[in-house]
Amino acid sequence: MTVITTSRAKRPAQEAAKDDSMLKQKTMMAGHYDRLTSARERGQKVCSTFVPGNLNELILCFDMANNLPEVNAIQNGLRKKSGQYVMEAEKLGHSEDVCTYVKSDIGMMAKGNLAPNGKPFPDPDLLLLSYTGCFTFMKWFELLREQYKCETIMLHTPYEGDGKITDNMREYMVKQLKEEVIPKLEKVSGVKFDIDRLRENLRRSAKAEDDLVYVLQTAKNKPSPIDAYFGGIYYIGPIFGAFRGTDDAIDYYQTLRAEVQDRLDNGRGPVTPEGDMGEEKYRLVTEGPPNYTSFRDFWKMFYDEGAVVVASSYTKVGGVYDFGFRHDPDRPLESLAEYCLGVYTNRSLPQRVDMLVNYVNEYQADGLLINSIKSCNSFSAGQLLIMREVEKRTGKPAAFVESDLVDPRYFSAANIKNRMESYFQMVDQKRSGSSTAGEAA
Amino acid sequence: MKTFIGIDLGSTTTKAVLLDENAQILGRGITNSRSNYETATRVAKLEAMVDTRLTLCRRQLKTDVPELQENLDEFLTRLELGFRCEQFVEQLNDLESTCIDQVTGERFAGQETAVTDVLASVFDTLRGEAPAMFAPGAQRMSDFFRDIAGSRYLTVAEQTAKQAGVSYELLLNVYDKSIIEVENRPPSEDMSGKFLRSLEQLVRNAPEFGIEAQTVEASVKGALDIELEEAYLVGTGYGRVTLPFSKEHIRSEILCHGLGAHMMYPGTRTVLDIGGQDTKGIQVDPGGIVENFQMNDRCAAGCGRYLGYIADEMKMGLHELGPMAMKATRTVRINSTCTVFAGAELRDRLALGEKREDILAGLHRAIVLRAMSIISRSGGIRDQFTFTGGVAKNEAAVRELKKLVKENYGEVTININPESIYTGALGAATFAHRALNEGSIAR
Repeated sequence: MTVITTSRAKRPAQEAAKDDSMLKQKTMMAGHYDRLTSARERGQKVCSTFVPGNLNELILCFDMANNLPEVNAIQNGLRKKSGQYVMEAEKLGHSEDVCTYVKSDIGMMAKGNLAPNGKPFPDPDLLLLSYTGCFTFMKWFELLREQYKCETIMLHTPYEGDGKITDNMREYMVKQLKEEVIPKLEKVSGVKFDIDRLRENLRRSAKAEDDLVYVLQTAKNKPSPIDAYFGGIYYIGPIFGAFRGTDDAIDYYQTLRAEVQDRLDNGRGPVTPEGDMGEEKYRLVTEGPPNYTSFRDFWKMFYDEGAVVVASSYTKVGGVYDFGFRHDPDRPLESLAEYCLGVYTNRSLPQRVDMLVNYVNEYQADGLLINSIKSCNSFSAGQLLIMREVEKRTGKPAAFVESDLVDPRYFSAANIKNRMESYFQMVDQKRSGSSTAGEAA
Repeated sequence: MKTFIGIDLGSTTTKAVLLDENAQILGRGITNSRSNYETATRVAKLEAMVDTRLTLCRRQLKTDVPELQENLDEFLTRLELGFRCEQFVEQLNDLESTCIDQVTGERFAGQETAVTDVLASVFDTLRGEAPAMFAPGAQRMSDFFRDIAGSRYLTVAEQTAKQAGVSYELLLNVYDKSIIEVENRPPSEDMSGKFLRSLEQLVRNAPEFGIEAQTVEASVKGALDIELEEAYLVGTGYGRVTLPFSKEHIRSEILCHGLGAHMMYPGTRTVLDIGGQDTKGIQVDPGGIVENFQMNDRCAAGCGRYLGYIADEMKMGLHELGPMAMKATRTVRINSTCTVFAGAELRDRLALGEKREDILAGLHRAIVLRAMSIISRSGGIRDQFTFTGGVAKNEAAVRELKKLVKENYGEVTININPESIYTGALGAATFAHRALNEGSIAR
């Protein structure tokens, strides 16, 4: 483990402890942004697309660079830039209630469209709408299309309303890939589609996915060597972003797996910004994205109390791998279709409940914590129902806090901390099984 | 005797509850939080100790002086009034000497003696007024020293200064510099002395009780001499983190409210607490353990502060809102529970010719609707339902709540305790009791 110093404006320098895999990822991300911002001069075409239903293996077949506006918004949230971007977008006429990923992106464009390396992002050559479960995504790309006047692909993903993927759904997706997505990618990139190249990419994906799943499932151990929410955000980075299907991703997940294995073998808890976590006192499952503008403050509320997240639904938005799905080189287009259909937010409420109940049980969690996001209806709709059902089926207590993705105005630290403390004490009460509270009466 | 203390450090007031070894309430104390939680804790605890001594006197007198039974309540009220008077005079003396210490420097040059003489005269007058102020049946505007002493000081000082030809400004100046210091200095520890002096007066001046002085004195002295050991203390409320309590001595106010409501009404399954700055919906199991809770994280619309704002807008006292709303003949529909928008809603309705009482009825309904939404998020209302917090004292809010509970959940027992302001402190004290008696930290 290496200790590096993070520089933060208006704050005293704080040392954040990072594992080697985190540093490796940092280098990978820096490389990604350097490639993106130099794409024009290198003659590379750029495709903007989304994390859920991200078709990176396919995009790589056309030698295109993959730009993910959601990831850019997250970067801006973590780097404390999203607040000004959100306000800029509001100035341009976007309402207060619109998804703050969208507003951060629009605001960033208005302010020079600068990548984290300080260089401007290239205009996209193609907008690939890879997931339609979120209606806001569609509107987002409508705005971008208006701005960039470039080629747009809409891949329509049927919702898993009945809780399963039918043959019809799969065939419909494959048909779109063959007739709409691939021809347009060929047209924009000028590169002919080579299915063997796709198979190779998928083979590499599956390899990395195996290691990712291994890492995520180490949290079944007590104590857990990982935090599957805050730490999990790091672990999903490469596979949800621009690296799935690359050798870089394989390397990263091998490093990560060895590192986590070492923690496990030595009985060490997860890494936190302040070093290894102390004694594991609470094991939680979380539902919903984290808050990115106060990411470290939010995380601190957990590790200060000895709380570790052993499983989270958010780390499944870019693909659900832990129930057996892998990208399959032998069924290339079919497995891409199944991947898109299976992402977490495309699953029905009963499926989400099943998953969370399974996590609480399998990972021996003390309960469920929901962070409900103001500007994300894809996630938030139905969360109270989910909470009640999970409580009922597991007998474990749940709690509900509210914040936002990248709008710093919607994170009330004092109130959230108060809820969290109350929740931990509630778990204590439940655990000691004291139905004796009133005995003294 | 072992005692167990719960302190609830609220944003407006700080409350303390003392329990005995059998988890019976010995005493309650309340004071304004005055942005100084350390002092507020000390004062609230001291107030609860005074109340505790009265409880112990009651217990002792019940056994020792059976002939007092019929008049016991009256006797104890008089004993307390005498005590309060003694305490008030003690604080006046403190205020006087603190004021005199301030009479120094350029500002007072050449006038030191004159100002000091006026001060002596003013405090003599105040001390003289004290017995009447604490006579049985006398009305006081407040129970807090600052309020009672302050208003009389300003009036008397103005008159006395005028007569003596001394600038009133100088007297205001020394008072302003002294009052916070005195207020934050709790009365002396000699509680028994004050009780005994009060008792002496009472026995001498109140033959109507027909009691034998020696027996009563021995009994009261017995109660005052019981040694009280602070066995365990638990703090809760928003100020809890600012106090030097160690972690095991802190409980969240959600758990304390749940347990406190259970202690008051063991059948409680749902608790609604509308406080100054938040609204909590809490579900508890049959043992008082919190099962679920909901509060508002992103917006504080519809909390108690909303009514405070309305009262200011209408230039009324907070306690006058409820009674006025009760006079309504219809309920004006108010949609916004935003505290800041409430003023605009109010003026708009007044301009439309709506009656004040009808608008107020609508505003009360609006906050209760908001609370109903928070409760439904926590899992709805189960029988029995206990309503706590400052707003539970507002009859118009209670009326709306009862209506809405019936409409949405049918017949449900609704509990509202006159001492509901102490719910959180009672829960904390119960946690303290359990911490020691169950051999582990209260969970």
